[in-house]
Amino acid sequence: MLAWTIYIPLTAGLALLLTRPRSAVLARWVSLLAALATAGIAIVSMGNFYGSTAHLTTIVQVPWIPQLGIQYYLAADGISVTLVLLTSIAAFVGVLFSWNVEYRASEFFALFLILIAGVFGVFLSFDVFLLFAFYELAIIPKYFLVAIWGSTRREYGAMKLVLYSFLGSALVLVGMIAVYAVLPVPTFDMAVWAQTAFPRSFQLWVFPFIFVGFAVLAGMWPFHSWAPTGHVAAPTAASMLLAGVVMKLGAYGALRVGMALFPEGARYWAPWIGWLAVIGIVYGALIALVQKDFKFVIGYSSVSHMGFVLLGLASLNLVGLSGAVLQMFSHGIIAGLLFGVVGRMVYDRTHTRDLEALQGMGLAKTIPSAAAIFGVAIFASMGIPGFSGFVAEMQVLVGAWHASPTLALLAGFGILAGVAYSLRVLHKSFLGGSPSTPAWGKHDRGPGHGKADPISAPEGLGGLILLTCTLIVGLYPACLLDLIVPALRSPFFEGLLRPLIK
Amino acid sequence: MSSVEYLKWIEFVAPETIVVAAALAVLFIDRLALREQAPNVRSLLGSLFAIFACLFSIFWMSQSTLEGIVGPGIVHLTGSTTLAKQLVVILAIGALALACDANFTPHTAEFLSLLLLSTSGLMFLVSAENLLMIFLCLELATLPLYVLACFDKTDKRAAEGAVKYFLFGGMAAAFTVYGMSLLYGYTGTLALSEIALKLGAVKPEPMLLVGITMTLAGFAFKIAAAPFHLWAPDVYQTAPLSAAAMIAAGSKLGSFVVLTRFTALALAPHAGKASWESWLPGSTPLLAILAGASMIIGNLVALRQSSVRRLLAYSAVSHAGYMTVVIAGNPAQALAPVLYYAFTYGLAIIGAFAIVSVVQNHFGTDAMQAFDGLCARAPSMALCLLIFLLSLAGIPPLAGFFGKFYLFGAALRSTPALDLLWLVILAIFMSAVSLFYYLKVLKHVYVFPATADKQPLNIPIILRCTIILLAASVLFLGIMPSIVLNRLPLP
Repeated sequence: MLAWTIYIPLTAGLALLLTRPRSAVLARWVSLLAALATAGIAIVSMGNFYGSTAHLTTIVQVPWIPQLGIQYYLAADGISVTLVLLTSIAAFVGVLFSWNVEYRASEFFALFLILIAGVFGVFLSFDVFLLFAFYELAIIPKYFLVAIWGSTRREYGAMKLVLYSFLGSALVLVGMIAVYAVLPVPTFDMAVWAQTAFPRSFQLWVFPFIFVGFAVLAGMWPFHSWAPTGHVAAPTAASMLLAGVVMKLGAYGALRVGMALFPEGARYWAPWIGWLAVIGIVYGALIALVQKDFKFVIGYSSVSHMGFVLLGLASLNLVGLSGAVLQMFSHGIIAGLLFGVVGRMVYDRTHTRDLEALQGMGLAKTIPSAAAIFGVAIFASMGIPGFSGFVAEMQVLVGAWHASPTLALLAGFGILAGVAYSLRVLHKSFLGGSPSTPAWGKHDRGPGHGKADPISAPEGLGGLILLTCTLIVGLYPACLLDLIVPALRSPFFEGLLRPLIK
Repeated sequence: MSSVEYLKWIEFVAPETIVVAAALAVLFIDRLALREQAPNVRSLLGSLFAIFACLFSIFWMSQSTLEGIVGPGIVHLTGSTTLAKQLVVILAIGALALACDANFTPHTAEFLSLLLLSTSGLMFLVSAENLLMIFLCLELATLPLYVLACFDKTDKRAAEGAVKYFLFGGMAAAFTVYGMSLLYGYTGTLALSEIALKLGAVKPEPMLLVGITMTLAGFAFKIAAAPFHLWAPDVYQTAPLSAAAMIAAGSKLGSFVVLTRFTALALAPHAGKASWESWLPGSTPLLAILAGASMIIGNLVALRQSSVRRLLAYSAVSHAGYMTVVIAGNPAQALAPVLYYAFTYGLAIIGAFAIVSVVQNHFGTDAMQAFDGLCARAPSMALCLLIFLLSLAGIPPLAGFFGKFYLFGAALRSTPALDLLWLVILAIFMSAVSLFYYLKVLKHVYVFPATADKQPLNIPIILRCTIILLAASVLFLGIMPSIVLNRLPLP
């Protein structure tokens, strides 16, 4: 059933692309229904996973290109299901936050849905070739979403984003083809790769290709610079997806293909990855502290939070890895929410993201519900207990402490810097000035100077859904950990974790 | 030689005979029956007839199970050479379909006839395993193309392109013949398989290496590999649409097949080595250098082009480089990936040329600005162009993606494995570079609004159907590559 999360958005997207209905209303309702259907499927299949003993559910496995041993092999374990759930939530809320897209609406939603389909495909593929095909399929819609509907320096941001992604996937492709070339019987079945003991010298050079290739998309320092520019240039729904889901593609690929299949390589390179991750955490937070553009703050905070995912991966123990996956989910929800507030609720009303200008507007009084949602969201992002961010980052830090206390301490410093930029941006964006200050008139291009439209129902609903998710996971993390931990204990990750668990 | 033997020979070359007969018939029909008709009717009927003949030839090949060898490698029919012939004819049909509404010349019948003759040359070429035959077929395939390149006599730039093409081509042919004569001198035979046997006993002496180098240089001209690519941009930019399509697609496929066969069969004893640690003289290092130079020069120069046709020409140089990678790395197993790649590349480049010429006919220029807002003015054509260019860039699920994967995978699955890793890494990174310029064109198509003229484009119905069919097959072959692979010899 999970496979329909790929087929439904793909069909809906292609139908919109080929028929191009003129009515934006039709396009957005079709997308909303498609996203709702995937969310329904994701929740139902998640329910089936609890208590099930099988660690891996095969959805479909048929030969695709038998001459090269390539299969159409979709399957799911707890990690996939968690990320599928995240994607479907982000997609649904993304459509809600794009409710006001009128310009070439049917194309916008078509590309949005095709991107989603590619993302679902990556999370559900258990054939490396298939996974890679879905991974690249997701690249092109991103370009057009950003270049056509984006804002600040959109063509530059879009091209940078796409070229980084494509260079990353080029690295992965090198590794993949190298493995294909040394296997006596060609196959791309991940289970077979996981059981093949590749020579250590081979793993040592293939692992960095595959890991770094994926980690480019996860925003690993020093390959992160596409992320802030791309997020800023993207339209709201696209930045929600980019930060919320697409960066997770990279982290997921790094874990699933890079680390699980080449454990020797992972163990050798883990300290290096850990250092890069910590640099990303601290660097991202410090840069976010001095940004003048509201969206850049959130963009750099994404780099910092994704650093925790990578740090969790580099810890190479069960606590750290499950924390990393939990952080993928948590950051997906929280970043989506923050980008939604900045892009949709604030920018579409004020037409500025300059923090100095916003400070004079008194947004807390003009759009109080946006201020409330943002306030809660930024606390969630800081890692206040009760929200998902706290549980996830705590686990990562504990895991990292076992691996290297120095790294854990430095990452802790990154959290402090995170508190600083969060409070600063909250203060500057919403809590300064008053609605009567002249700053409004200067920037507001729409009707009704000095006033803003109230938060609309789709926006409010989207915000509430995301807040609820982060709260549920924060208060009862077992709802996801019960899926993630069994998956990490499965034979698939045995090569990676076994020597350390004992 | 008895007459029975001749009849058997005819059976071996029946598909080519059909095409040659069609080439003559087109001339006669036009002369006898269509003299008084309007030029567009003449070109329509003529090209439909030519397409029909080609389809008949394909049908004939699909019915025939004939295999075997005639003479000292004059025609060697196997399952894969028959497939290669069919693919050549399919690409020729693509080029012929683009000539349906050609109205730049009153001599349409001659135009079509030359296209068919060139096709027949390519068909002979893909089954030739004899030095002399290879040379003759190359000339038979190329001479009509020189004429076709400047068929529009009112166009001075086309004349310039054709002269360059002819001069370079003549030079390259001289190189090839000289190289072949040296190979013949060392071995005393013209058949490729015997050459390999004899060469095994010869040490890699300087004169032999000169022979190999010269022959390969001639082939490199045909496939437009750098540094023998200088004719390509001018010809691609100025030749009439069908001629450019034929040069870029059909002729490339034929030349690649023969280059693969020549390298795999004749030069196997002197393959040499070009791995990171050690180099030994032979065909592998030569081809590796050609491949590397083509990929670097083609892609980097394409970045700076503003004319879309020139951009496609430089990208063609780089695609020649990708295909040469596998011939350098693993000639014995190169045929299947090269055929698949050259064929799907041919489909995509014919389609891209067709759309570019539609825009060019409308605006009189193929500069990128002419493509602004194409997605609003001709949505289906814009979508097809997206498919063609992304397939060239190698984005799944289009054919170019699987094609590249198959090429590079086969190049590394050599013995010993991973010998040419450095070249494959270069190729993969260069293909990431190529995405930039393909996206640059697509940016004009999809992102920028139309500047002044917002009218829908007027596209002849046959051209439109051809383009959509090409796009559909690029997509279909990308999703279902097994359809072609099933018919290829696999390791």
